[in-house]
Amino acid sequence: MDATLAGFLQALALVAALALSHRPLGDYMAYLLTSGKHLRVERGIYRLIGVDGGFDQTWMAYLRSVLAFSAVSVLLLYAFQRLQNHLWLSLGFPAVSPATAWNTAASFVTNTNWQSYSGESTLGHLVQMAGLAVQNFLSAAVGIAVAAALIRGFHRNRTDQVGNFWVDLTRVTLRLLLPVSIVFAIVFVAAGMVENLHAASHVTTLSGAAQSITGGPVASQEVIKELGTNGGGFYNANSAHPFENPNPLTNWLEIYLLLVISFSLPRTFGTMVGDRRQGYAIVAVMALFWVCSASLLTFFEWQHHGTALQAAGAAMEGKEVRFGIPGSALFASSTTLTSTGAVNSFHDSFSPLGGGVTVFDMMLGEIAPGGTGSGLYGMLILAVVAVFVAGLMVGRTPEYLGKKLGGREVKFASLYILTTPAIVLIGTGVAMSFKAERANILNSGPHGFSEVLYAFTSAANNNGSAFAGLTVTSTWWNTALGLVMLFGRLLPMVFVLALAGSLARQQPVPVTAGTLPTHRPLFVGMLSGVVLIVVGLTYFPALALGPLAEGLHR
Amino acid sequence: MAKPLPPLIRLHLTGLRVLLVFTVLCGLAYPLLITGIAQVALSRQANGSPVKKDGRVVGSSLLGQTFNLPKKNPDDPKEQAAPDSKWFQPRPSAAGTDGYDPTASGASNLGPNDAGLTQTIHERRAAIAAFDGVAAGQVPPDALTASGSGLDPHISPAYAYEQVDRVARARGLDAPKVRQLVKDHLQGRTLGFLGEPRVDVVTLNLALARLG
Repeated sequence: MDATLAGFLQALALVAALALSHRPLGDYMAYLLTSGKHLRVERGIYRLIGVDGGFDQTWMAYLRSVLAFSAVSVLLLYAFQRLQNHLWLSLGFPAVSPATAWNTAASFVTNTNWQSYSGESTLGHLVQMAGLAVQNFLSAAVGIAVAAALIRGFHRNRTDQVGNFWVDLTRVTLRLLLPVSIVFAIVFVAAGMVENLHAASHVTTLSGAAQSITGGPVASQEVIKELGTNGGGFYNANSAHPFENPNPLTNWLEIYLLLVISFSLPRTFGTMVGDRRQGYAIVAVMALFWVCSASLLTFFEWQHHGTALQAAGAAMEGKEVRFGIPGSALFASSTTLTSTGAVNSFHDSFSPLGGGVTVFDMMLGEIAPGGTGSGLYGMLILAVVAVFVAGLMVGRTPEYLGKKLGGREVKFASLYILTTPAIVLIGTGVAMSFKAERANILNSGPHGFSEVLYAFTSAANNNGSAFAGLTVTSTWWNTALGLVMLFGRLLPMVFVLALAGSLARQQPVPVTAGTLPTHRPLFVGMLSGVVLIVVGLTYFPALALGPLAEGLHR
Repeated sequence: MAKPLPPLIRLHLTGLRVLLVFTVLCGLAYPLLITGIAQVALSRQANGSPVKKDGRVVGSSLLGQTFNLPKKNPDDPKEQAAPDSKWFQPRPSAAGTDGYDPTASGASNLGPNDAGLTQTIHERRAAIAAFDGVAAGQVPPDALTASGSGLDPHISPAYAYEQVDRVARARGLDAPKVRQLVKDHLQGRTLGFLGEPRVDVVTLNLALARLG
């Protein structure tokens, strides 16, 4: 079969699988987030944690719970790494350094999973499975919980309650993430991923050289790494490592898993607000961007512009033979359009414009389909902005899903869309202005600038992938990027929950002939336009200095 | 009775309790359950798909390895390892100093316009063409570039066929016999459309060693 056709079929099979999952998974999540019935085990958990599952919280109480939980999580994960040498299964590794432990704690709690360490030479198995992987579950559930609160804001009227954070967190983890993980972990082991608690075993190879075969509970962590759009690899090479991604089938399944929740949440949204067409409009915009990104990226990698790639005859630097160009490009698009950041090929060596697409994907705010929960609330914020823009055009107060978007609502939405670009651009500017920090760049010229831009874009958007040539192990980089990840995660959540509270308080306005229908192709087009314009205008100068300068100059 | 704790402290204690409950569930029970099932039912895969020669484990079928001549002075870090002509050679690797070190997986991360990488690729092309006795234009891209993991066990079918004559010469075997061996080790796309056609160098070389 022709390679192009095979690549096309691979993407098509993915679209089909996602379309088939959309309805059952979306409806199931809507059930989880609205059902009043608690399982016996859930009631047990509520007793253990001292929470009454029957009560809803105001948006302020919900937010306080999110922040308190995040704070405790960062502290505990930091302590865990600092004490790993005293714990079981440490494999003899010393305590993680303070700066790296801080960075990693912030990274995994914020669903970023940026890695300034190399797994196989830094962390014992216990920290990986009982520290990092736990946050893989919980940070994903936190994202879905916050999205659920925003949906309730649209759906509920004249109330100050947006749900119970502890109930949402428990249900999503226990009834969604954990069961799916168990099933796919076993599939992944059967396909060749390792799952043991061994230290590395030393063998003499066929030609008589020494090689250490590493071990670890990899498959169990791999599933939730993708399903929860986390992306932190067990090993340094992440999903390029044969033990994390042994063959083309696991590669396809990993892409499916990292997309499936976020592509199904619009159905949850449509179901919960009582108008599924609203969900279809949202998922249409997501799918549009995903298809464009994957096609462009694959095209640029086939083209393999760049002197080194031309010399080799194909863009295979940093890519695995078993995945080839299509399997690598599809993964790269999907991982940067969600907040996953797992990589099966190294973006720093992509063609200039191909690498540019991965940065641009993250700059879109990771909304197509985005991280678990964060993708949906990000897209809904942009929908609010799009409705507002439409209202300005015709000169009437905008309304979305029966809720008036007044000054207060639009301010929260605006703060949301300004936060991340501000962090990215200020951070990049500050880093580039210090000589010592610039020295950590590996590549020269515009590509070196792209490495720094990529780092801040990835951290602020909680992606976690990298132009990995940049050395980020210094105290400055670890500290700065740790702060960027926390601000990039928690500030938007503040604005989302404030918006949810403000919407929930309102009395719904009736639909009239003058109401903008938000489920028609016209709105899909408007929303796509707003996404592109907001992002394009904000980041264009920075992109021009990096990927565009490198990609267009010859 | 003790005074109740301030609400802010209580909230953080709730967070801590939630975290501990889920650490037990998702961080211990779940991975240990999967490890248990894997070790009982799928122990070969769960332990890294080892390959054996004469009853001795010589590597993993999933991890590439080097096929170099022994170094003249193993303590000299500057000495470049030379490829052994008796083996099919894997791709260049950025994992560790000599490549294919699973304790240091990773890529070169050099950019598409990097002058050093361009130079290295030209040098590799010349070296491989001379080593295999083929025209420089015949060396395929995967032979010239380092993989993402540095542990890629595969090479393209083109690179495998390109090495057949040299391996046959070095081992004193008939070239058609070696070519047939490569053909037997070709892996196509999964289900006809997933991934790329490839050859696993480790299992191919293992079969070669058994051939004599």
